[in-house]
Amino acid sequence: MNNVFVFCEIDEGKVADVSQELLTKGRSLANELKCDLEAVILGHKIKNIEKDIAPYGADVVHIADDKRLEFFLTLPFASIIIDLFTKEKPQIALFGASTVGRDLAPRVSSALFSGLTADCTSLVIGDHEDKKAGKKYDNLLYQIRPAFGGNIIATIINPDCRPQMATVREGVMKKEIYKEDHKCKVKTIEVGSILTDADDAVKIIERHIEPRKIDIKKSQIIVSGGYGVGSKENFDKLFELAEVIGGEVGASRAAVDSGFVDHARQVGQTGVTVRPKLYIACGISGQVQHTAGMEESAMIIAINTDPSAPINKIADYVIEGDVGVVIPRMIEAYRKNSK
Amino acid sequence: MKGLRIVVLAKQVPDTRNVGKDAMKADGTVNRAALPAIFNPEDLNALEQALRIKDKYPGTIVTILTMGPGRAAEVVREGMYRGADGGYLLTDRAFAGSDTLATSYAISCAIKKIGCDIVIAGRQAIDGDTAQVGPQVAEKLGLPQVTYAEDVQKIEKNFVIIKRRLERGVELVSTPIPCVITVNATAPESRVRNAKALMKFKHAKTITELQGADEDYIKMHDDRPYLRIEELSVADVEADTKWLGLSGSPTKVKTIQNVVFAAKEAKRLTSDKEEINALMNELLANHTLGN
Repeated sequence: MNNVFVFCEIDEGKVADVSQELLTKGRSLANELKCDLEAVILGHKIKNIEKDIAPYGADVVHIADDKRLEFFLTLPFASIIIDLFTKEKPQIALFGASTVGRDLAPRVSSALFSGLTADCTSLVIGDHEDKKAGKKYDNLLYQIRPAFGGNIIATIINPDCRPQMATVREGVMKKEIYKEDHKCKVKTIEVGSILTDADDAVKIIERHIEPRKIDIKKSQIIVSGGYGVGSKENFDKLFELAEVIGGEVGASRAAVDSGFVDHARQVGQTGVTVRPKLYIACGISGQVQHTAGMEESAMIIAINTDPSAPINKIADYVIEGDVGVVIPRMIEAYRKNSK
Repeated sequence: MKGLRIVVLAKQVPDTRNVGKDAMKADGTVNRAALPAIFNPEDLNALEQALRIKDKYPGTIVTILTMGPGRAAEVVREGMYRGADGGYLLTDRAFAGSDTLATSYAISCAIKKIGCDIVIAGRQAIDGDTAQVGPQVAEKLGLPQVTYAEDVQKIEKNFVIIKRRLERGVELVSTPIPCVITVNATAPESRVRNAKALMKFKHAKTITELQGADEDYIKMHDDRPYLRIEELSVADVEADTKWLGLSGSPTKVKTIQNVVFAAKEAKRLTSDKEEINALMNELLANHTLGN
């Protein structure tokens, strides 16, 4: 009772990265709150899936294995989670801010009348005093997120309702093995006693999911381009530099919206959050929308013709110049010096 | 097939995508007044899906529902100019301080009052980016939800066939009517204003907006009932105030912090070959590059 719960998603037959990231976060929250970490996973033919969950620190894994749960569908998934949370009364429940989590979590929160904060960038335990009501709260979950297009950072709390629910995007939290042989108890959810015919209302007719290809989050070096790169063709130079120095290409929303590169490469609030050891920002002005997704990079190099671009304020190196001139020189210098 | 009753949920939002220099006050806080109020972009995608259904199935009625202060009637008018048949403004002081859950409750009460077969909303609003209200309205109404919709392909018997856009692919689903659909920005853009509709609805007003109008203007409104944008209060939609505003909102904002870039001294370089060469050498030497 009153434990920390993480809803785990399945991606290509495995536990999704975002879920393992949340397990790591959930573990540290549970340690601080001195309670257990429990995971819940729904799917079909997922025997032994707990092996991908336990090492991240889960003490209990609730597994629902049923043909009706092979692919995500709002109604049956929501019915099972609502039933489980009603019985287990988690104090905190975390979901990935994926197309699954952002569909499921609001439905669950509405049914349980528990508050939900979307797309948190930080989760911290803290106290709260409601001076008006003369009430003090210990150990609340501070759900911290950007709002208003990223121009403000809000800390949200749910003082009275449980569970305190939050979604977090992939790549925002770090995933770490807690203990390779962490002991975890498996509990089977009796799907048959929960689902009814009404849960089958929506049906999947066809499904085409591309295998995961571009995943810039895993790269330690990111060469990222913005609107200032100018064209799809000019992005080729960024790809060349990335290949030479062993990195991936990222982009700002403006570059993606202009059709220069695929959305999968977008860094920022509406894209992925990255924290590589080197981030080279080419022709990126540095709107909060973008910097929120890369400001934790260990080193930032900004290449820009505008000496007053906001990105320069968070950069370690600012190269004032044209991307088309600077990048070939970087490639040349790297080739010459790395031998 | 008989015509359907579609309610499109639309929100008036500050245009957070164009936060210019004037948008921040000297003290670093957001100057909301400097941001233009716009029709939430994905709600326009939602409106377009509704209008396409109307095009295909004559007799379909598309109604805009917005919740907000009096000026949000602008969103209803904009929807009417683009092809909606009419609209409602859900407005009441009791809504102040509502989080997504209290908002969803209020909207669900209004939908029950209006009555409809399909609710279509944008996936999320750009001022909050939560994507919660659609699914929460569906739950409150006890209806199935289809999120991330890109194309409402067809309606067969009592089912809607919808293409969804997921992170790495598409999914075709069928859902029974009634249902709630939320539409992605990847869906087709909204059609532009229609000149005829603009002429017809130019004078569409809420009762509050009509206050102080002269007799002739009020008479014109009495003669043309389609010009009335209905205002709905808490009492009109029979909502329980316990579930509205601050008391109906499980989430509270503890603190708001304006984003300020931390000042840090950057090393400044030019595009000079030698300077870039020295930088790359330095990065190799400290193992930022290479292994």
